[in-house]
Amino acid sequence: MNEVIFWGTRGSLPVALTYRDIREKIIGALIAANGKTFKNHAALDQFVDTLPFAISGTFGGNSACVEIVGDGPEHFICDMGSGARPLGQAKMAQFGVANPQTYHIFISHLHWDHLMGFPYFAPMYIPGNRIVVHGCHPKLEESIRQQMQAPNFPVDYAQAGARIEFQLMTPDKPHYIDGLNVTPKLQHHAGDSYGFRFDSLKRTVVYSTDSEHKLDNPGEYESLVKFFAKADLVIFDAMYSLAEAVSVKADWGHSSNVVGVELCLAAAARRLALFHHEPMHDDKQLSRLEAETRRLEQITRGSQRPLDIISAYDGLSISL
Amino acid sequence: MHLPTREQAGVLIVSVSGRIDHTASEEFTQALEPLLVCCAREHPPLLLDFSGVDYISSAGLRVLMMASRRAKVQQGVFAIAALQPMVQEVFAISRFNLIVPCHATVDAACKALGA
Repeated sequence: MNEVIFWGTRGSLPVALTYRDIREKIIGALIAANGKTFKNHAALDQFVDTLPFAISGTFGGNSACVEIVGDGPEHFICDMGSGARPLGQAKMAQFGVANPQTYHIFISHLHWDHLMGFPYFAPMYIPGNRIVVHGCHPKLEESIRQQMQAPNFPVDYAQAGARIEFQLMTPDKPHYIDGLNVTPKLQHHAGDSYGFRFDSLKRTVVYSTDSEHKLDNPGEYESLVKFFAKADLVIFDAMYSLAEAVSVKADWGHSSNVVGVELCLAAAARRLALFHHEPMHDDKQLSRLEAETRRLEQITRGSQRPLDIISAYDGLSISL
Repeated sequence: MHLPTREQAGVLIVSVSGRIDHTASEEFTQALEPLLVCCAREHPPLLLDFSGVDYISSAGLRVLMMASRRAKVQQGVFAIAALQPMVQEVFAISRFNLIVPCHATVDAACKALGA
């Protein structure tokens, strides 16, 4: 396990930049350029690299889909949000149709934003491919089949060319899959969600989205610290501010950057990726949230080892 | 946790100090309880003097939110004053400054809340 690629990082609903957003970015870049001229493309690239991310880039709008690159030949994917479409295209470009692959897909829960990309995941239409869908919800298979039944979708589930299997997992039990131990953990979310801890011999990644953390339960706190323990990367639902998560949006099933920092520091994790971004937040707001979270980490850290903070964006690739 | 109290301009001021983290939050809840009982209509406003607080965690912030909510139900007045700069940053980052009334100093709070 040496790399994690984010294909979809948005929470609840996919979003897209509007023409106003693009226009604002262009104006921001031109203001920063302040009449500069550029000798060649490399100089232009160099200038763009100096711009704030909210101007030069975007966090993107696809819903949850994260790839964990394992040590073996098989593929590991967390959730099938709309990010599964570009992921599927990338796999098709890399392997084509004549090179059968095995995809292990881990579904945190059955809400639509985490399943909607499945019908657009091109490898599922290719004979010879094997897709194993893992999860803890008894209705996992039913939910995936249902969204590909008329009148919900034009292509019926039966049209899938790949061999699709469903594997029900047991919470808190490690499942050995192609070189990785994968342990699911029950989380607070409507209809239940599950986080997944991926352990290889050398690295650990935790995928914990759509999870609300109740602050008045010390037992739950300790159990999450154990689940995150010494992880190289924790992918964490930071959709709301702490104030929202404990007041107007209590019981909506999501967490905050503040709780993410506290849990990761207590667990001695190495890196925290803010994830499941609020669809209402634009690139400036998400960049501000990232900067504030870094500052919070400095305040909270004390004498502990620093925790690296990043905010995940569609297309981000991280070496572990 | 000991929470010394005093009165100024008709406001009941409670001095809070130290770190209010996950370990201390339960004690903080219990220490606040008898004071919150009286945070009601026709009772003096309750002001937490935070000048001695070095750090507050999410669990501590939640205690404040619950206290503020309870005061509202009882039609009492609840506020916080004199946050140290780093604690003020935590309030801003968590957006708690938007849901719990915060004043720059105890004097300013007494002026705003006092009878």
